[in-house]
Amino acid sequence: MKVRAQIGKVLNLDKCIGCHTCSVTCKNVWTSREGLEYAWFNNVETKPGVGFPKDWENQQRWNGGWELRHGRLQPRMGGKWRLLAKIFANPDLPEIDDYYEPFTFDYGHLQSAPESKAFPTARPRSLISGKRMDKIEGGPNWEEILGGEFAKRSADYNFEGVQKEIYGEFENTFMMYLPRLCEHCLNPTCVAACPSGSIYKREEDGIVLIDQEKCRGWRMCVSGCPYKKIYFNWKSGKSEKCIFCYPRIEAGQPTVCSETCVGRIRYLGVMLYDADRIEEAASAENVEDLYQAQLDIFLDPNDPAVIAQARLDGVPEAWLEAARHSPVWKMAMEWKVAFPLHPEYRTLPMVWYVPPLSPINSAASAGKISAHNGMPDVRSLRIPVRYLANLLTAGKEAPVIDALERMLAMRAYMRAKTVKGVVEEPIAARVGLTGAQIEEMYHVMAIANYEDRFVIPSGHREDAEDMYDERGGCGFSFGNGCSGGTSEANLFGAPARKKLQTPSEVF
Amino acid sequence: MADFIHHLLFGIYPYVALATLAVGSVIRYDREPYSWRAGSSQLLRRRQLIVGSVLFHLGVLMIFAGHLVGLLTPIAIWDALGVPHGAKQLLAMGAGGVAGVMAIVGASLLIHRRFFDSRVRAASSFSDNMVILLLWCQLALGLSTIPVSAQHLDGHEMVKFMEWAQGIFTFRAGAADQIRDVALVFKLHLFLGLTILLLFPFTRLVHMLSAPVRYIWRPGYQVVRSRRLAARHG
Repeated sequence: MKVRAQIGKVLNLDKCIGCHTCSVTCKNVWTSREGLEYAWFNNVETKPGVGFPKDWENQQRWNGGWELRHGRLQPRMGGKWRLLAKIFANPDLPEIDDYYEPFTFDYGHLQSAPESKAFPTARPRSLISGKRMDKIEGGPNWEEILGGEFAKRSADYNFEGVQKEIYGEFENTFMMYLPRLCEHCLNPTCVAACPSGSIYKREEDGIVLIDQEKCRGWRMCVSGCPYKKIYFNWKSGKSEKCIFCYPRIEAGQPTVCSETCVGRIRYLGVMLYDADRIEEAASAENVEDLYQAQLDIFLDPNDPAVIAQARLDGVPEAWLEAARHSPVWKMAMEWKVAFPLHPEYRTLPMVWYVPPLSPINSAASAGKISAHNGMPDVRSLRIPVRYLANLLTAGKEAPVIDALERMLAMRAYMRAKTVKGVVEEPIAARVGLTGAQIEEMYHVMAIANYEDRFVIPSGHREDAEDMYDERGGCGFSFGNGCSGGTSEANLFGAPARKKLQTPSEVF
Repeated sequence: MADFIHHLLFGIYPYVALATLAVGSVIRYDREPYSWRAGSSQLLRRRQLIVGSVLFHLGVLMIFAGHLVGLLTPIAIWDALGVPHGAKQLLAMGAGGVAGVMAIVGASLLIHRRFFDSRVRAASSFSDNMVILLLWCQLALGLSTIPVSAQHLDGHEMVKFMEWAQGIFTFRAGAADQIRDVALVFKLHLFLGLTILLLFPFTRLVHMLSAPVRYIWRPGYQVVRSRRLAARHG
């Protein structure tokens, strides 16, 4: 046993209102730069839909994640030789049109247009070529609230095994939001696919980062990541990804997306896991077993044997304490209401999701499907269980059904308590919980106070480096130390910064 | 005067170019690591790149290996192996010709893409544009030496270039005199080649020094870095 700690995350989709505050605040802080206009370290998709970039879940096409070949784990892109053979031109790389061509508008024209018969308009212009775009063909949220025809959206990979035609009908339609960011996997394919060895996982907190000085822009990570959460900066020629706001995490603060989430759906907490069993867990023969295999390598922070080993492995005391109060542990392990996103990619992702409840479908409300014991059958909810299972448990429905029933039980229990004033233990017992557990669930998941959502120990950088040397340093920068890495003289070929052009037209 | 210029271009200039290549690359690697990258534009436009880039890179790698072995292996070794000079020249012309055609077809596709695709053109720097044009010219010059070589198949002209290159690398005085009377097209090819070496550290060409061969024997797949470990040992 080798104990490592990771800051994990849970997103409670039951409460996501799709406001995109997470995406926008993240964008403003990290990717509002040339070369990354198209990149969203955090984005929110409306499901069912093909998502962003288009069709990202289709690994037949992109070859992201891992596969078992002759019982051995290897990237779907191929082993090391195969992967290096793709270095001159990578057939598994999306083109920018699979994301969208970034654009701006000629805002200046609105102010400077001469008098004309027609009202002046700000027309779109490409942020790459600077050329006029007649039509914007895509965007980071092109399917917002079921935008576009069902025929296109139904290419969604999660419809696998679902009779999807009926969900195109107005009466049977359903939707949910899926906010996505880098999963900071235990077994990341981006790291495995990087020929330069520039991507790495931090031992202390599990955050996966790209060393910008070591990245040579071979762009294998973009294909390797099955979540398509590595973005190639076309200006700098290097890949970039969600950094889990590590400067904030190190200081004990939540990530920007979590901090600003108005629905309070995001939770951050420490998870302890056995690093020696990562390969074993990711190599489970049947994809449906991968969810359980990942649960099996998480270590109980209250187990004295785990604590003793964690101390030997250098996990700080504050982290062990935080692990004992981790909301991620509670939701993933105690109540089993949170699940990994697409465990079948075998990356052992560490951003987990609580599946959303949904209204009862029309057939059930017309009395055709029975509700037992006052609680509706979760199979009669609008969002098909199979769809959620394809998203969260590689198609295994039982754990998703249990989670949805527990969430329904939480509602019924609390309704009885606050409306009727009675404590109905049988409701809790029916889903394998106690009343006390349900009340804690309610406290963490429904009330969701700041200190319950974010239990983050600080990074203790003072143990790792001499902070005296850091004084007067320049914080976050590209290039060398405080220099931007590009100079007017342009001696080493770094392209000069393009000046923003928004020319106005005269009709 | 002609002698002086010849000496300058083929006796002195090689040292200027090689020294700039070595020192410039080291300085850039040390001082500007953020600028050290392949500079792929595949994300912006996939069309033409798959075929163009593969042809170009494979061709250039073969040519590079051929020049390295062909020019710098001492003649005594070839003689000891029993390879006649004429046979070596035929091999160089044949293999070099095939690789050269591959590379120039690829480079032509890449040039077309770089200059006529609005996205790629907008994202290209002066050095990106210059370097692909220079490489195309160099490939064209290299290919046009083949008909000239075909006029003397005994390999004695080729030996002159070997003597010259080995003379430069072993600091022999008068190395430039070895190629005093070769055809102009060879001299142009040599001059442009040296110029590309000179410009090397200032362009994206440096990415070839980072060819990720280490990946093949990197243990396992995963990379984990620890601050604590660094602290313990440091």
